[in-house]
Amino acid sequence: MKSQSLISSFNPANDPNTLDSYERAEIDASTRVPVLLFFGSAIFWLLIGSLLGLVAAWKMTHPALLDGMAWTTFGRIRPAHLNTVIYGWASAAGIGVGIWLMARLCRVALVHSKLLIAAAIFWNLGVLVGVLGILAGDSRSIEWLEIPGYATPILFVAYAFIGIWTIIMFRFRKPGHVYVSQWYLFAAFLWFPWLYATANILLVWSPIQGSAQGAVNWWFAHNILGLWFTPLGLASAYYMIPKVIGRPIHSYYLSILGFWSLALFYSWNGMHHLIGGPFPAWMVSASVVASIMMFIPVITVAINHHMTMRGNFGALKWSPTLRFTVFGAMTYTIVSFQGSSMAIPSWNTFIHFTDHTIGHAHLGLYGFFTMIMFGAIYYIVPRLVGWEWPSATMIRWHFWLSAIGIGIMVGALTLGGILQGFAFYDPAATFRTSLEYATPFRIIRGLSGFLLLGAHVVFAILFTQMLLRIGRPQEGPALFATPTEPEKEVAAV
Amino acid sequence: MNKLPLIFLGVFITFASSWIGLVAYPFLTLGKMEPLPDEDTGGYFPPAMSGLAVAGQRVYAANGCVYCHSQQVRLAPLSTDIKKGLGPRQTVARDYLRAQPAFLGTMRTGPDLSNIGARQPDVNWHHQHLYEPQTITSWSVMPPFRHLYKMQPIEGQASDNAVKGLKGSYAPPSGYEVVPTDDAKALVAYLISLKRNFPLPESPEPALE
Repeated sequence: MKSQSLISSFNPANDPNTLDSYERAEIDASTRVPVLLFFGSAIFWLLIGSLLGLVAAWKMTHPALLDGMAWTTFGRIRPAHLNTVIYGWASAAGIGVGIWLMARLCRVALVHSKLLIAAAIFWNLGVLVGVLGILAGDSRSIEWLEIPGYATPILFVAYAFIGIWTIIMFRFRKPGHVYVSQWYLFAAFLWFPWLYATANILLVWSPIQGSAQGAVNWWFAHNILGLWFTPLGLASAYYMIPKVIGRPIHSYYLSILGFWSLALFYSWNGMHHLIGGPFPAWMVSASVVASIMMFIPVITVAINHHMTMRGNFGALKWSPTLRFTVFGAMTYTIVSFQGSSMAIPSWNTFIHFTDHTIGHAHLGLYGFFTMIMFGAIYYIVPRLVGWEWPSATMIRWHFWLSAIGIGIMVGALTLGGILQGFAFYDPAATFRTSLEYATPFRIIRGLSGFLLLGAHVVFAILFTQMLLRIGRPQEGPALFATPTEPEKEVAAV
Repeated sequence: MNKLPLIFLGVFITFASSWIGLVAYPFLTLGKMEPLPDEDTGGYFPPAMSGLAVAGQRVYAANGCVYCHSQQVRLAPLSTDIKKGLGPRQTVARDYLRAQPAFLGTMRTGPDLSNIGARQPDVNWHHQHLYEPQTITSWSVMPPFRHLYKMQPIEGQASDNAVKGLKGSYAPPSGYEVVPTDDAKALVAYLISLKRNFPLPESPEPALE
């Protein structure tokens, strides 16, 4: 290892320890059952979550929709949507991608896959019991922590299995470089249980007193995005981008800076959800400052990814994985800039309590994280089932329905939220004005939900075909177009 | 960065800093705050909640009221809440001592409820509004909470607590009445208890221009 330059050691493809394709196939095969279990269940919850979201969206303009029943009231459907997509879809997809990346980057075949299979079963049981509990009215209505206290222990058991497995994998990894994706995975797998345990103990199991609950609530809710989904998403982007275009990451040092500044600043962001709220001023100020400091990790990662991609943007024309991943990585920059701007108090004045925040949340969780997960799943699944995606046209449909759907959704909520906020602020405007401003945008958002649901149905059909190994004759990977000859040489499609 | 123990240490310390600042600190300060004795009456600020109101929080949570209704009055220039009559003063940490959970809220799809008990103290109004919001406010997007009420035939005399004034499409036909369940009674008791208008030294009432 000593003779290697840092830069060359940084690209998994240039590492002298890089596996030959036979070893790689063996590692991939070892992850098959647990990873497919996580992916399959995640896609199931994605469909359920999209439906719940669609119903909640239309209820905001049509309160008579499915009204008068306890299980379908807006205040239960909305948290059921959130928890289904957060824990059922996003976390499970992230764990699946994380497991596969971990095995690849530790360069060892997955051991103790029974642990992970048990984890997948428990995780899904926890989500199921939790979401049914929310619909039955057992939630404490603490945002992002609605899963009732009797279901969270099931999720903890699942997580404990994953945590133990992670430690085993790191113990038995092949000697050599620890790649940037592994730092992010390692951190995310450590932060999540700490975050989730703290918040559940202090807010659900043995609730603390007073407005301190709000502080813990938003410390958790912002960090689950920043310190769980963000590192999982970045770990995947840091792996997929260089892998598909066959080039090393632009700068090792930028990766270090991006990682540590994220760890330091992101964890302090949460209180910007409570500007003007019942808290000591310093707590809110600290979060506002930390939110603005987020420009550092975000710009760092953006430069690093952009410089890696430079000269290879043509590959977006043919690689589904790259197209989804780069869409997600670019959205990460946009959503983070937006988030920092939203924390500036003079602007926050106008967007606090409005749909603007909902738009921002969807841009982050969908435009960034979910798109990166789609990209990773398109890369990983053919390597697990030994079958190529049956239809490039359907992947293209999936991409454009998702991209256009989320674009319309976020655009509508962002604009509608600003108008709504102006009405909140204007002393001459009545409450009705704020509602009248928001309504047309909410209808557009409701329509965009159909596009996203359509995208997910297409994706679910493709995934099912892969599991059953049916579809077109397999003469090569499903690509949007034919890569050029030099691209073909380096690329791993 | 090949040394896992170092990565672990850094990851641990950066996260611990926010855990201390945004979790442990508020838990030890805001979480241990005491109510203020009221010398005139011998009571406390915030006043103790009735058992029914305490139970009402559970119903408020179960039906997700917090997703549309905040309970925070904020000062100018961050907001025009006080000018708009959401409350006479800013809500501060002490206002939430007895709240379990503290429904601060992050959305105002519906109006702020910090002082709904002061604005609208009429029990029947709340029952009617929960049962058929659109007959009170035609443009409201609040979902009806009919599942918190029972429609039953009137036996002999009408019940004392039957909801009066119902006139929407789910109003009881003649010979029937709509009565609140225990959940509805608790929820309304809680809503009426929401009055953050008592004096607190740390939150003086700002003068209105």
